[in-house]
Amino acid sequence: MAPIVLLVNGTERRVEVASDESLLSVLRDRLQMTGTKYGCGEGQCGACTVLIDGRPARSCLTLASQVAGRKITTIEGLEHDGKLHPVQEAFLHEEAFQCGYCTSGMIMSTVGFLASTPKPTEEEIKRHMDGNICRCGTYPRIVQAVARAAEMARKG
Amino acid sequence: MNNHIDHELEQALIQHEVDGRLHWFELDRRDFFKLLGCGVVVCLCTRDALSQESGRGFWQHELPKDIAAWIHISENNAVTVFTGKVEMGQNIRTSLAQQVAEELRVPIASIAMIMGDTDRTAWDAGTFGSRTTPTMGPQLRAAAASARDLLIATAAQQWKVSPTALSAANGRIIDSKSRQSITYGQLMHGQQLVKLITTPAPLTPPVDWKIAGTPVPKIDGRAFVTGRHKYSADLSRPDMLFGKVLRPSGFKATLTSLDTKAAEAIPGVIVAHDGDFVAVAAADSSTAERALRAIKAKWSVPPQPSNADLFSYLKDHVTASRRDEPHIVGSVDRALADADIKLSQTYTVQYIAHAPLEPRAALAEWQGDKLTVYTGTQRPFAVRDELADAFHISSDKVRVLVPDTGSAYGGKHTGDAAVEAARIAKAAGKPVKLVWTREEEFTWAYFRPAGVIDIRSGAHKDGTIVAWEFHNYNSGPAGIGSPYSIANQKIEFHPVDSPLRQGSYRSLAAAANHFARESHMDELAHAVAMDPLDFRLKNLDDDRLRAVFQAAADKFGWRNRKPSSTRGFGIAGGFEKGGYVATCAEVEIVGEKNVHIRRVVEAFDCGPVINPNGLRNQIMGGIVQGIGGALFEAIRFSNGRILNPYFSEYRVPRFADAPEIEIILMDRKDKPPMGAGETPLIGLAPAVGNAIFSATGIRLRSLPMVPNGLPSKRA
Repeated sequence: MAPIVLLVNGTERRVEVASDESLLSVLRDRLQMTGTKYGCGEGQCGACTVLIDGRPARSCLTLASQVAGRKITTIEGLEHDGKLHPVQEAFLHEEAFQCGYCTSGMIMSTVGFLASTPKPTEEEIKRHMDGNICRCGTYPRIVQAVARAAEMARKG
Repeated sequence: MNNHIDHELEQALIQHEVDGRLHWFELDRRDFFKLLGCGVVVCLCTRDALSQESGRGFWQHELPKDIAAWIHISENNAVTVFTGKVEMGQNIRTSLAQQVAEELRVPIASIAMIMGDTDRTAWDAGTFGSRTTPTMGPQLRAAAASARDLLIATAAQQWKVSPTALSAANGRIIDSKSRQSITYGQLMHGQQLVKLITTPAPLTPPVDWKIAGTPVPKIDGRAFVTGRHKYSADLSRPDMLFGKVLRPSGFKATLTSLDTKAAEAIPGVIVAHDGDFVAVAAADSSTAERALRAIKAKWSVPPQPSNADLFSYLKDHVTASRRDEPHIVGSVDRALADADIKLSQTYTVQYIAHAPLEPRAALAEWQGDKLTVYTGTQRPFAVRDELADAFHISSDKVRVLVPDTGSAYGGKHTGDAAVEAARIAKAAGKPVKLVWTREEEFTWAYFRPAGVIDIRSGAHKDGTIVAWEFHNYNSGPAGIGSPYSIANQKIEFHPVDSPLRQGSYRSLAAAANHFARESHMDELAHAVAMDPLDFRLKNLDDDRLRAVFQAAADKFGWRNRKPSSTRGFGIAGGFEKGGYVATCAEVEIVGEKNVHIRRVVEAFDCGPVINPNGLRNQIMGGIVQGIGGALFEAIRFSNGRILNPYFSEYRVPRFADAPEIEIILMDRKDKPPMGAGETPLIGLAPAVGNAIFSATGIRLRSLPMVPNGLPSKRA
């Protein structure tokens, strides 16, 4: 166990972690930030997606000790002063979820994706999001939500 | 409950039964004999016990007849609704609230739903079998309509006017003549609504619905897009420990040696050992995992079958003890002798996994001899009884609460994780949270039954089907009957001792039975050289099923389809769980082997639609989930081990697999409302199989159809 400092959603969090401990486990079990979900532990489902320096990363495969000091954004960090992020708004508007368990990861993947691809085609959306599983099968709505979020962001 | 509903529920429960239990604690065996010695029999809820009990109410569970058990109105006009049903993505928290809002005449925002809490909600068999909409919906509507009557009567008494002069709207009782009004809360001062539910209740007909029948957004939707919603795995309690279970090296294993010293030497680690059950707990999950790795255990695993011999195994292991009576009309043999066309084919389905994205999880806490467990299950009351059985305490000492759950699809009927968490918590003397890994979820849960289906059929040259014989081995009896009008039939389900633990799954065997039947219908249509749609309609009298076939075909452009060697079109449909479905699929063959489903049009009739937005979501989800079982999902197993217990090796549908989907809602307001969680899935596989045939001439009779791509035509 060693102390590290994680920069989560703009706040410095000092936390004791084991050397082989995943960022996912630290977020969920030590920092009680449970919006990020465990789905598979092998980087296959995307439920644990967070942003590291603005880029989507699988927190289940990321060692917490390796991202000390880097900018980590989780689903809890998107809403500001009660105002949802446009991607959250878009998912809510399209009701692009059923059980909602994949939703945090879907939204974080989308935020990272749109930052680098502000005007995605439908094919680009599907290709980028293909690493995220929605077992309820709401994919067509999620594609619509991503497209809508992109449009909202362009309009400001 | 009347006898008819009782019988339906009994049938549903039998079909949704899950094989066996994961754990029998030592405590069990010792106490079991002690209890027997005292003349007390522990109910293990087997099929036999079930059918014996079902004659008198449901396990002595009568649904409460008083309004207060279902609905409460506070002084500030907040409405609380109590139901033992649970929300796991199917959107019933919203659709049930809509129905109460409709009948009670209150805004939907004033309603809070308490769901799946065994201490606060009336007993419920569970959330499965598409039963919420046809049974709980009417139950809550009746309670709400009766409450409305009670409120009107109370106001009439208070104001000394006739109840007929009063109306209810927007949470108030209104006297239109005197223009006085009062909120329900002010009228009742938050007291219980003491009245029996009126029979028949003065229900609002669907044509007059203003809140039910509309696309009300998902209640708490915001909690899901912000990550604020707490699933079972997200909860914590003071002093809570994280649990981990040591899994055997195979199914049906017995522990032959165990050394836990190294694990126990890690500070803060607690080891729970009870018979073949071994688990650890620690203050953080990382330490618990380390402790688990430190345990040395040896297991003895008996030899067991594998996929390679699965289908012959199933046919060779029919259970003699639980034989269902075959459905026989006329004589298949005689009719076949006179038939112009005779066909005989075998269809198979592999075991598949539910793979809910939220794995099984539970948080258990003992306070003295009282046990509280939060867990994602479809059957909170059955899990309560399972816990009571496992720990030999009475059910009223156990409380099970179900946070809205990260999906289940029939996979969360049992309390496996709950029992494990409670056993570890008992050893630790502290609350314990247990979250299964994906590998555990793929291995230690249970599966959709594999099956073999044999069909023999005969038809006249004009397309009239004259004989239909259908045998299903192990997969299940749901959807086994034919909706087509056939004079001579023999239909039989043959239960089998399954080599893998199996149980309920979204749509049960209806997916397999529809795949076999609707594929075979396509084969027959080709054999008599008829259009597959015309062939179905020729043999179909059911107006509602005809209507969905027609609606789907029209929207799909069935009559104008132009199949080629790379583009195929298929149709399939059926009736199940009170719903009528027809599915049209267009597939593209890319290269030598790849099958892509490009477009699906589905028409669905489940009576009056309660929430069109939620319903479309369910139908779309059913179609997309159906793609997995149709094309590539299969559990591979050998000798008591699952060989592909990871998402990297068990392929589920992803974004690239989802086709363009068009949905037609029939919205039959003149019929009773039925569920929609299952039936929309059953047409997909046969429609796709038939489409593949129309492009390639290759008939695929095994689910999944193309786990390794399209087989070559010569093979």
